[in-house]
Amino acid sequence: MSTLQESLVELIRSTSAEIPDDVQDAIVRSLEEEKKGTIAESALKIIERNIDLAKQKSQPICQDTGSILFYVDCPAGFDQIAFEEAAREAVKLATKKGYLRQNSVDSLTGKNDGTNVGPGSPTTHFHQHRSPEVEVRLVLKGGGCENVGAQYSLPNEKLHANRDLDGCRKVILDAVLQAQGKGCGPGILGVCIGGDRATGYEFSKKQFLRTLPDRNPVPELDALEQDVLKTANELGIGPMGFGGKTTLLGVKISTANRLPASYFVSVSYMCWAYRRQGVRLDANNQIAKWLY
Amino acid sequence: MISLTAPFTDEKIRSLKVGDEVGITGVVFTGRDAVHKFLHEGGALPPEVKLRDGILYHCGPVVMKDEQGKWRVTAAGPTTSIREEPYQADLIQKFGVRGVIGKGGMGEKTLAACKQFGCVYLHAIGGAAQVLAECIKAVRGVYLMEQFGAPEAIWELEVENFPAVVTMDAHGNSLHREVFQASAAALQQRL
Repeated sequence: MSTLQESLVELIRSTSAEIPDDVQDAIVRSLEEEKKGTIAESALKIIERNIDLAKQKSQPICQDTGSILFYVDCPAGFDQIAFEEAAREAVKLATKKGYLRQNSVDSLTGKNDGTNVGPGSPTTHFHQHRSPEVEVRLVLKGGGCENVGAQYSLPNEKLHANRDLDGCRKVILDAVLQAQGKGCGPGILGVCIGGDRATGYEFSKKQFLRTLPDRNPVPELDALEQDVLKTANELGIGPMGFGGKTTLLGVKISTANRLPASYFVSVSYMCWAYRRQGVRLDANNQIAKWLY
Repeated sequence: MISLTAPFTDEKIRSLKVGDEVGITGVVFTGRDAVHKFLHEGGALPPEVKLRDGILYHCGPVVMKDEQGKWRVTAAGPTTSIREEPYQADLIQKFGVRGVIGKGGMGEKTLAACKQFGCVYLHAIGGAAQVLAECIKAVRGVYLMEQFGAPEAIWELEVENFPAVVTMDAHGNSLHREVFQASAAALQQRL
């Protein structure tokens, strides 16, 4: 096994079993805020215990180990083909070791060959930069939360949403309402305003690479993020949709240019089991640094 | 917490109400998308799978074989139940299911079947795969594995004190309906 494969298997293990510190902190805070003796509090207590247990046993936090999304920042000349080969082998091995569930189904035949490797799995997004460093981030996104994602085309008459930030706010909050507890809340929203249908969703998911406490450098988007977070937490949907104070742990919004004819708002929902880790690799492809 | 122990009789099930926290002890069978569609379309239930007065768990576990060739569940939280809404009422009626474990809740058709046939919806904590796997004491069998693959197969699991919340009871009450209505109203005031 190559060093790159070894590093990627370790990245997969850690992502599947260990929730990032910023997310764990947010869950601990929300547990403190829920009313004592409620089922919302019970739910968060089980979630907290689960996070500890998964880490301690080095086993998946959630049995749905999700879509496997690699984000690679690399210098020009980086061998992307070799990386993708190593990633596929690492995924196969991680599946054998039980870090990933046999989770990938042929959409035509319905067959699951048990490897997690096939068209679109894993998915790798490469981004070249001028620095010599190679950074690999991984997001494992479960199907329950993926299913409650939504894409709106504005104007939306039913929701009285026009092509402005107030219209964006209305549809984003509608997505939270429709999701209820089905996406395993408390959730985190990644949103993209604009783009085409594909880039809209792609950009919305990239928001999950941000940490929860960070603030959006664009003042209008920062205000919208804070407003949606506060408002969503006043709706009383609560953990798992049981009712309660914590419906969302974070909201992250980006924009992409759009065509004059289109105005999409793409909302991706991430469950509380927010599996996101990243590593910087050294010249020998060993893990030099953990990024979260 | 209320202890809900096999056999899961009509009386025990009807005594539960929305908001009750239960610890389930006994045998449960997993079944998710492929199994629901298969049974709804008239597929034959393997004879070992006893759903009458039984509990169906919407779950696709991570299961490993240990050195002795024994199955061991290493991660086993619930999957989203609403996808089974087109099939669930039919399965409750046809097979006499007394409890459905899942997450996210189900719709009016299932709620009506729960009332008519004496069944409850037991909401487990989504994503809590490790806590819930610890409550699984043994894997007693696996069925339809060849056909559907490991996550979609029917796993027969012995559980002990498996935590869940009754969110739809046999009296027509649904926490999901309540929370949806209240949150929709709260949102209206904030638009």
